[in-house]
Amino acid sequence: MDLFEYQARDLFAKHDVPVLAGEVIDTPEAARAATERLGGKSVVKAQVKVGGRGKAGGVKLAATADEAVEHATNILGMDIKGHTVHKVMIAETAPEIVEEYYVSFLLDRANRTFLSIASVEGGMEIEEVAETRPEAVAKTPIDANVGVTPEVARQIVEAANFPAEVADKVENVLVTLWKTFIEEDALLVEVNPLAKVASGEVIALDGKVSLDENAEFRQPGHEALQDKDAANPLEAAAKEKNLNYVKLDGEVGIIGNGAGLVMSTLDVVAYAGEAHGGVKPANFLDIGGGASAAVMANGLEIILGDPDVKSVFVNVFGGITACDEVANGIVQALQLLADKGEEVTKPLVVRLDGNNAELGRKILSDANHPLVQRVDTMDGAADKAAELAAAK
Amino acid sequence: MAIFLDKDSKVIVQGMTGATGMKHTKLMLADGTNIVGGVNPRKAGTSVDIDGNEIPVFGTVAEAIEKTGANVSVLFVPPAFAKAAVVEAIDAEIPLAVVITEGIAVHDSAAFYAYAVSQGNKTRIIGPNCPGLITPGQSNAGIIPGDITKPGRIGLVSKSGTLTYQMMYELRDIGFSSAVGIGGDPVIGTTHIDALAAFEADPDTDLIVMIGEIGGDAEERAAAFIKENVTKPVVGYVAGFTAPEGKTMGHAGAIVSGSSGTAAAKKEALEAAGVKVGKTPTETAKLAREILAG
Repeated sequence: MDLFEYQARDLFAKHDVPVLAGEVIDTPEAARAATERLGGKSVVKAQVKVGGRGKAGGVKLAATADEAVEHATNILGMDIKGHTVHKVMIAETAPEIVEEYYVSFLLDRANRTFLSIASVEGGMEIEEVAETRPEAVAKTPIDANVGVTPEVARQIVEAANFPAEVADKVENVLVTLWKTFIEEDALLVEVNPLAKVASGEVIALDGKVSLDENAEFRQPGHEALQDKDAANPLEAAAKEKNLNYVKLDGEVGIIGNGAGLVMSTLDVVAYAGEAHGGVKPANFLDIGGGASAAVMANGLEIILGDPDVKSVFVNVFGGITACDEVANGIVQALQLLADKGEEVTKPLVVRLDGNNAELGRKILSDANHPLVQRVDTMDGAADKAAELAAAK
Repeated sequence: MAIFLDKDSKVIVQGMTGATGMKHTKLMLADGTNIVGGVNPRKAGTSVDIDGNEIPVFGTVAEAIEKTGANVSVLFVPPAFAKAAVVEAIDAEIPLAVVITEGIAVHDSAAFYAYAVSQGNKTRIIGPNCPGLITPGQSNAGIIPGDITKPGRIGLVSKSGTLTYQMMYELRDIGFSSAVGIGGDPVIGTTHIDALAAFEADPDTDLIVMIGEIGGDAEERAAAFIKENVTKPVVGYVAGFTAPEGKTMGHAGAIVSGSSGTAAAKKEALEAAGVKVGKTPTETAKLAREILAG
């Protein structure tokens, strides 16, 4: 889960990373009081999870509270690279910046460890610096069992050639930033720019944080950080039902078991769709191993409630789960929806393979539901589902 | 021969006495796995009757090893306790720890992986978030159904459980030497490369099927490894061509970030290394068939 800048700022502050004061607001008028609290001037910053907001006019300096209201009025509702601005941060104006640096900690998947990236050339995208001036970027692997001690922080500072007069201050930022990384179960904590200001202080002026959703069991505060405004309503409904669902922009609704098989199903449908007017998958939905009637019903309800869906492909490989249970689940799910008064009008193509497939197929045939068609191969079923979606 | 697991493997189950642990211990036993014990400190000294098999429960992994000579542990421990359980297995120097658990925080996986390395890599970790591995006809350590296929000469390595099953089913008439599900998390213990190297060295494997998916660059690195080190034919499949950028697709590790981790890049890298890559699982199986038929 990627956070907004203001959320990153709050987490940095919580773990003693030096930051400027700031608060988030969502109405123009609130900019006045917030700016007054900061002494009458502020920076109005659009909160969007995309880079380049400064160039897009999403960051403005306000010399008075009136100006802050004016900027907030203009920025709220603005579209920045497809992201609508729902919130702005009213931040303390930065003292004169002397130098801009970059520091981050992230998960290094390839080496299965954590990595520190540091550079004295901050303020721009670090990928860009790494490409044009690789010698200016210091990458230091961090031992997960040691972490960033003051000694490790010193090594990073030396590797990145930070000037001697800021060494202690940058070390402090690294140690506190690492604390943020560990204690918040983050996948990324990035400060860019880390600014040296005229007074000699070193301050995190902007930052990015991405959190590990698998750690929510021990991070009760993280749920509140979710961006409910941006969530697609179908995704939000699926999440409420504990379903693993991602909305896509096609016409064929997909239900399957197992993340890999569902991803594969999307691809196979898109591939089959090339012969049927370019229809595409409408969603990712993994109902997992169990695939009980209740879970199947929940999944079908979400997918049939998507107005973009023209046909549905249920693709199940029975591993431990037996296909007869899955078939019963589908039949019962359709009954459950009928009992709830929800009219099902979209055709379903069902492919069952694996454990007890013959029994499962027989159950579907015997049920003889007018909207359910059985196709017994994955590629064949994808083709049929694409064809039905194209015909609608 | 096979890789990582064979008829001589003595398997213990950490988390055996939980509902999932019991269900799958029963299935592993039915599949001929030599289960020599379970581990649960609160039930140490007791035993569990599973279909007429009296399985002793030990207080620690070390005790289980000492009493039974166990050399494989399968873990069904809930995410919050998984790190401690894996660290215990590493401390006991068990040669193979198969972590089935889904939903482990990545800081925990990174920590136990780093710990295994710091302790001299005496424990091979498979997973987490994986279906485990099977050597058909010999032993089954995890949740892969034992009745899909039979012993044969194809080696399979996959990030995905259900795609493992699908591929085993597609090629069930030919059979498999071993099938290894390495898991879909961002940090995993055993990689495609580890399995490829083991299959390359295994005299009972003639062809390797490698299944990947979006996220990270493990497939690209596997492709480079294949080019340099693998002489056996490799057939590949990659899932997730239609996955949008920035969305996690079921597996915690299955995410395209910016332009990195895409299925297209993985397919291209594999093909450049001489791997035949199928468009669908069925087509991938067909490619494997054609190569084996000569």
